Amino acid sequence: MSSETTHVSYLEYQGRYKGLRGWIFSTDHKRIGIMYLIAATVFFAAGVVFGFLMRLELLYPGKTIVSAQTYNTFFTLHGVIMIFLFVIPGLPAIFGNFFLPILIGAKDVAFPRLNLLSWWLYVIGGALVLLSILLPGGPADTGWTFYIPYSVRTGTNVIFTVFAAFILGFSSILTGINFVTTIHRLRAPGMGWFKMPLFTWSLYATAWIQVLATPIIGITLLLIVVERVFGVGLFDPALGGDPVLFQHLFWIYSHPAVYIMILPAMGVVSEIIPVFAHRTIFGYKFIAFSSLAIAVFGSLVWAHHMFAAGMSDFGQFVFSLLTFLVAIPSAIKVFNWTATLYKGSISLEPPMAFALAFIFLFSIGGLTGVMQGALSVDIHITDTSFIVAHFHYVMFGGTGFGVFAALHYWLPKMFGRMYNKKAAYSAFWFLFIGFNVLYFPMFIMGWLGMPRRYYDYLPEYTIYHQISTVGSWILITGLIIMFTNLYLSLKRGKKVTARNIWGGETLEWQIETPPTYENFEEIPLITEGPYEYKDNDQDILEEKEVV
Amino acid sequence: MESSELIHRPQYGKYILVWIALLMLTVITVTVAGINFGVLTLATALTVASVKSYLVLTVFMHLKTEQTAFRIFVGVALFFIIISFVLLFADYSFM
Amino acid sequence: MSNQEHAMAHRDDVGSRMGMWLFLFTELLLFGGLFFLYSVYRFVNQEEFHIAAKELDTIIGTFNTAILLTSSLTMAMSISAIQKNNKRLSIFFQLITILLGFGFMVNKYFEWTAKINHGIFPGSEELLNRGSGEILFFGLYYVMTGLHGLHVLIGIFIIGTMTWFTSRDIITKESYVKLEAAGLYWHLVDIIWIFLFPLFYLIT
Repeated sequence: MSSETTHVSYLEYQGRYKGLRGWIFSTDHKRIGIMYLIAATVFFAAGVVFGFLMRLELLYPGKTIVSAQTYNTFFTLHGVIMIFLFVIPGLPAIFGNFFLPILIGAKDVAFPRLNLLSWWLYVIGGALVLLSILLPGGPADTGWTFYIPYSVRTGTNVIFTVFAAFILGFSSILTGINFVTTIHRLRAPGMGWFKMPLFTWSLYATAWIQVLATPIIGITLLLIVVERVFGVGLFDPALGGDPVLFQHLFWIYSHPAVYIMILPAMGVVSEIIPVFAHRTIFGYKFIAFSSLAIAVFGSLVWAHHMFAAGMSDFGQFVFSLLTFLVAIPSAIKVFNWTATLYKGSISLEPPMAFALAFIFLFSIGGLTGVMQGALSVDIHITDTSFIVAHFHYVMFGGTGFGVFAALHYWLPKMFGRMYNKKAAYSAFWFLFIGFNVLYFPMFIMGWLGMPRRYYDYLPEYTIYHQISTVGSWILITGLIIMFTNLYLSLKRGKKVTARNIWGGETLEWQIETPPTYENFEEIPLITEGPYEYKDNDQDILEEKEVV
Repeated sequence: MESSELIHRPQYGKYILVWIALLMLTVITVTVAGINFGVLTLATALTVASVKSYLVLTVFMHLKTEQTAFRIFVGVALFFIIISFVLLFADYSFM
Repeated sequence: MSNQEHAMAHRDDVGSRMGMWLFLFTELLLFGGLFFLYSVYRFVNQEEFHIAAKELDTIIGTFNTAILLTSSLTMAMSISAIQKNNKRLSIFFQLITILLGFGFMVNKYFEWTAKINHGIFPGSEELLNRGSGEILFFGLYYVMTGLHGLHVLIGIFIIGTMTWFTSRDIITKESYVKLEAAGLYWHLVDIIWIFLFPLFYLIT
């Protein structure tokens, strides 16, 4: 196998347009993936800045750098940007777009133009969020949950933010439609459902939630706009409406959205673990079906966000029970990953380090989540920083580290450049330590009664807040090292032309690095499962010689 | 590639029959609404609406002749709506 | 033109219809959220919903139902016509569908203006003096029929585009999946009305 490329890579391919327009009007799934990567990185940076400022404000009790109102807009913007612009679209839109067609042996997604449209909607939605900061009235101060009645009464630019979330929802729906159709229709010959890589399975489950749950928040957010603009009484208690019903509708989407965020990260980890443990994945079907089970059960537990909001006893009982059930499929995944590691020959390359950190942090996040499923405990910690710690362990420790793992795993494939591994390791340790220093104190002070979203606090919480703020500095140092390292690697990293740098068995490692415009010269014929290491020792040896 | 013509044969006659059935069901539901059945009124109205939707889905929208996957899809979507509805009322019925 | 060749090579009618169906689910759930609202509020305010519903005109509602059902028929027949390679008949049925769609909207217009002339519209004094259940009923009435009406207008626009495509031979006997997708959309709008009708007009 020659490493010389006879076909141009997608990075150099010349389509109808040149230069920048060749990117922003490209329907190539790989280019769209890269554009999502760039846009999401920008939004992530904005979200990090707001998070940093919040932590800085909380360094001392009372006013430190900004007013209470500004602080309120900070946590709203941090939440809206991180949730709608980074964590939800992150893995599916960046790596899903880039690798889903490749992993199933297709040349593109089912609806390439729709794919481009969904990127444009994403950028427009993001721009609207940023616009809400600049326009008179100031950014929304409701928190990302937009609870009624405050979101109808506040004078800030809630309409912009809400409408942005609506548009972003649409972008997410279009991605979902595209992925479900792609997986059903464009699998290469021989690629049966149980020969699909697990990342594909997790994207499939995610796509279904995107299609079915997102419209509910779409309409709910539109109703806020309708209520504000036309004064239609729908949720406002003054007009007979029920604000708790708003919370129901909000969480019917937003809880499944948590699984939109975490499932693809679980998929990434399921890809990385077998490659670096050099073992067939343990319990392939269990992992595949647990993705579907998470999608199903995850859709049935939304009201556990509202145990303290005024639900009926029976309702609380039902939702508490269902919440415990959703822990089962998540645990199945964790058991299968650890079982895959068992007796594997583990090489701790940077992607693997992030994947292992994912398992560790997600387990803490997941288990503290189970604690909150218990009604009595939940009443005690509702709206405390315990909750903040919990969901950051899941969303950042889980999905965030999943994104970092994916970046270190796939970036060399995407750009044909290798990053500096030493820098990657030091970034990893800064991130891992910084993360825990930042969020673990929140568990403790939350348990002791520190409310979330508060601008001020009692002196006895000072020590926890200060440790946490120092943690944020360590974490941000790690982020700067990591992104600088990855960025520099694209400029002057060592060139990679070998197809299979990690010894992976999935299809992306059998095509050119970076991939050609059409991915495959010929659509491959699939004859074996995705992680069959034992039968393929010979292939790996051959690949290694090329390296 | 499956050709569409094979699974979606043109069928004016059947469409017209379905249309007549739909109109008759509308007449039935309006008539029944005039009589006070109490709780049953809502039940009949929803049953008639479901039958009408079933006819539109299977005949006009060709669900009957589509691949099995499409019918499973519709099942999944309906399951999601119905289960959400049931869970919502698990809360509101016991207020 | 290479783009078009590219598209032809990958033409997958089943895939296109699958995408359309998935999109219909999102539309269905968009209304689903409103149906959730409706059912909870009706459950809590049963009496007032009954009183408020008396103000709606069952005759206009029934008439509009018949119009939409008929338009669904003509839509389905326009696809049959193109399948039989009868371009003119297909265009004829599509135009009838559009006409019926407009008829529906005209009725809707008269219905809404009549309500507004009676002083029943969101935020009006007349409405605010009534019980909260009635305020909710009319709030939902305007939002749900309004959103549905918007979908009818979008449907008319889409079918209009399809008519243009048919006349330009972009939609032909060999390739009519676009028309099928438009039809699916139109039928879904019909199904939503099938449920809206008894829930608003028939609870007196």
